[in-house]
This record gives sequence, structure tokens and C-alpha cells, in this order.
Amino acid sequence: MEMKKIGLLVELNSGDLKPANLGMLTAARGQGYALKAIVLEPVGETVAEELAHFGAEEIIAVTMDPPDWNPEHWSQAVVETMRTNEIQTLMGLTTAQGRDLLPRIAAVFDAPLVMDCIQVNLARRTVKTSQFSGKTVATLRLSGDYGIYGMRPNAVPAMASPGAARRIDQNVRITNQGGIRVLEIIPSEAGGQNLSEADIILSGGRGMKNGDNFKLLHACAKALGGGAVGASRVAVDEGWVPYAMQVGQTGTKVNPKVYIACGISGSVQHFAGMKSAGMIIAINTDPNAPIMANCDYAVEADLFDILPELTRQLSVSERLK
Amino acid sequence: MKIYACIKHVPDSAATITIKDNNEIEEDITFLMNPYDEHALTEAVRLKAQHTEGEIIAVCLAKAAAENTLRSALAMGADRGILITADSRQDSLVTARALAAAIGRDGNPDLIFTGKESIDGEGMQTMFRLARHLDMPVATNVVRVEMREDTARVTCEKEAGAREILEIRLPCVLAAGKDLNTPRYPTFPDIVKSRKKEISVVALEDLNVAAPCGAIELIGLTPAAEARTPRAITGTAQSIAEQLIAILKNEARVI
Repeated sequence: MEMKKIGLLVELNSGDLKPANLGMLTAARGQGYALKAIVLEPVGETVAEELAHFGAEEIIAVTMDPPDWNPEHWSQAVVETMRTNEIQTLMGLTTAQGRDLLPRIAAVFDAPLVMDCIQVNLARRTVKTSQFSGKTVATLRLSGDYGIYGMRPNAVPAMASPGAARRIDQNVRITNQGGIRVLEIIPSEAGGQNLSEADIILSGGRGMKNGDNFKLLHACAKALGGGAVGASRVAVDEGWVPYAMQVGQTGTKVNPKVYIACGISGSVQHFAGMKSAGMIIAINTDPNAPIMANCDYAVEADLFDILPELTRQLSVSERLK
Repeated sequence: MKIYACIKHVPDSAATITIKDNNEIEEDITFLMNPYDEHALTEAVRLKAQHTEGEIIAVCLAKAAAENTLRSALAMGADRGILITADSRQDSLVTARALAAAIGRDGNPDLIFTGKESIDGEGMQTMFRLARHLDMPVATNVVRVEMREDTARVTCEKEAGAREILEIRLPCVLAAGKDLNTPRYPTFPDIVKSRKKEISVVALEDLNVAAPCGAIELIGLTPAAEARTPRAITGTAQSIAEQLIAILKNEARVI
């Protein structure tokens, strides 16, 4: 009997494979499905090699006409690719692009879809995901001919599984213009970090006192070799930093290996956005702040003393390398 | 100008969630309107004010107790409410069908608002399914809306502060993001007025929605990861920084 197929909707960033794709491939492997990577942008050699290195057995390089970003066109292209290749199971990432594409594809097929999965069992068609403001882990089962899974970026660590990947080319002419025209794409400001995919996040709260002080977090992030900088709702409401930096229930949900919370008390709403972090380090002068009782490392100290010193030591050790 | 606002009755994010019978929660806690739906409704009110004639209809699929959330919607500016009652939590495939059916039999929408996600189910998909059933285009995480003749110009927030501006054909479904506006909460006179506004109730089974091809079934709920056990890091700033670097290097392995 032919092995079942799973389409992996791969996401690129300026032509490069986003690291989160590798964990996604890892999550899909070893469960009785053959991995077919679907790439909607030109596939360079490095991308092809990486996909093969992490278990893709086939790379479907889709060329769209026209190729420009349009959520309706791109989801149409995936639908057509799935139909042509008889793929009924699809996995993608719960990123901004994934949130715009996966549900559209699910709607076309009238397929069950679960977003932000932290664990997937393809054989049983069950997943684990967050529900109720991050306070519970829900186990859900998908039924029907189709199934679509949106992984939380970095929920599953990437593990290589080298092999060869066959490449096939698929051309899709967009016949249905649809009801949306993309007029303008405004990229994030220089250095705008993607919180939801970052491995290290330094976050500031009320204790930062003003927006200017966030430069301490940026300097430390840079010294760490490229962390992202986030903020609590307080810092955003005070107007110190833009909403794009907010971590929490109504901000961005993050899943880093390390979350360093500076001057953040740790409200329920804040935790809803970062509780799945691998390690939480809290720096706060208040030993009774809720976060100090619910972190991995509690540093009762002034962030204005610790951050510059941490930055200094990290920079020194960099120079010594 | 007929605007439908799909709202959801959800547990307060600050409420304690107690799991019972493996896949349900104790419901004697505070329930309120999904925060993103408040932004949606506030925008509907703003847009209605730009037209000489308009009507905002709040639609909600929930258990009967949701009537108080619909009343809040009326107090916030909706003119009428439709409550679709169901005995149990429904998945997104059924919810979208129910909303489409209720809206379809009520009138012709010029615009439909939802929130970009619900804080309980966190499914992020009902608006796309609803749009598909009504054959309308849909945009999510909308932070700005400008109505034109046959289209709307909307700004959608992406990641890391990136945005895109779309021209979307009307009628359409727009899912509100947090940056869309600041919700205007009702005044006492608004609340008094809302008591006279109509809420029509229809049972889910009376909508006779066709069974979907697939389903998402909740088979278990467990409390999220137990609390962490903190270890204190003490000493001078220099010593603390040294210890943190060692932890980041040897334990977390991020540097």
C-alpha cells in the first residue's frame, strides 16, 4: 500500500529557509507519512539541501503566475498543488503567513485544522495545543478525509535525517483573481525581530521606566548574538514601545529557549504569552512579584545594574574568541 | 449599511480554569465578550456613524447564558442581537456554518466583523470558513479600515511590526486586531437603552446546517505545565552576570 503523503508548507524569508521549518519537518517524520515539501517561492540549492537534510523526500517547487504575494492566490496555489499530487494532509507554521494561508486552505477543503500545535501524532490524528488563555493544554482529534496542522514555531526541536529529495516542478496559473488586491507591503523596521520565532528574548516591563531604557535590552540582545526584544503590556500601554513588541495574551505568543524578563511583574496575561519558554530568567527588585515564584532563575536585583554588566561581559568574551 | 458583528462569549482571561469530566471546564466563572470582538464591534459602530442609515447586528453562537454578552454588545452600540443556542461547545466547522446560516436568513450583509481569534479556543479560523460559506473575501488582523464605494482599504498587521495594505471587495469579512481601535465601553444611559433592544434566539438544530466533511474533537484538557521551581541567583552584579552567562552557555546552550 502506498505510504500516505503529507505536504509541508515551507516558509522562506528573503529566499532563505526560516529555521522553524526544520522543527516542522522533524515533527512530521517517522509517523507513516512521506514528506512532500511545498515551496511557493524559488527554491535555491541551499534550501533544497536543507529540506533534504531534514527528511523531505520530495520538494515540490511551485511557480505561480503571477508570483506576487496575495493570500488568496497563494492558498489557491497550495490547494491546486495538493489536488494534483493527491495530498490530503498538510502541515504549516503558525506564523503571520501561516495564519493567513492555512485557514483559507482548510476552508476550501472544509478540512479540520488546528493551529499552534505543540505536539502532533499523525498516526492517531491527534494534536496538543493551548486553550483558555494558555492555561490548559487541549488534546484534539481531527476526523475526515483531510487534515491540516499549524505547528507552533520551534515547538519541536529540529533533528536532521539526511536523505535525498526528489525535486518536481509545479506551475500554477492563478485563474481566479479573487477579492483581494495587495496594494502595499510595509516591512518591519530595520532590526524588527520576529518574536514568535526567536530563540532568545529579552523583555522589559514597568521596571524599565521609559522607552529610551529599552536600548539596554537591545544592546544585551546584540551581545548575546542576536536575541529579540519584547515588552509587557504595561510598557506598550505607556507608549514606551510599539505594540509589535508586546508579549502576552493579546500580544505575541512566544516560544523561545530562553526568556529573560526585566522589570516585569508577571501577570496572568503576560504568562499566557510566554509560559512555554524553555527557560525563564526573571530580573526584578521586587521579590514578591508573581514572576519571581514562577521562573527558573530568579535574580533579585536592579536591571539597571545587571543588564549593562551582562552586556559588558558578553562583549568581552566575544572579543577574546 | 448592514454590519454583522460575530461575537464570542468566553471565560475572562483572569478567571481560574477548572477542568471537569476530562474535556470541559467549570462554568461558574466570569464570562465576557472576547477582547478582539470588542475591537470589532467598536469599529462597526464607528463605520455606521459615517453612513446616514445603518444597522449593526451582533451574532453569537453559545450556550444560553451568553445572553449577557449579547446585552453588552447592544450596550456598546449594536442595534439587535441574534443568539444561536447550542448545548455544547461547537468546533469551528460547525460554528462557521451556524453563523453563515443565521446571517443568511436575517439579511444581506454589507460588512461582517469578527475578532482575529478567540481567547478560549484559540482556533484562528472561523472567519475564513464563514467567508467561504458566504462567498466573500476575508482579511485578518485588521488594524485600519477605510470604506470606499465597492471596496474597503484595510491595513493588516503581520509579524515584527510589518504591515500590508489590501484593497478588499465588499461585502467582506474582516477579523479585528488589537491595534484597530480603543474599545468604547458603554455608559449607563447606553446600558439602559440596550435593555429595550431585541435579541432573537434560535437553536442550532433549527438552523439545519449541513454536517461538515470533517471535525475537530476535543478529547482532553489538562492544566498547562505546572509552576516552575525558581532557583535564586545572588551576588554582586559582576557575579550575577557571570552566573547567567554560564547558565546560558551550559544549561540553555544558546550561546
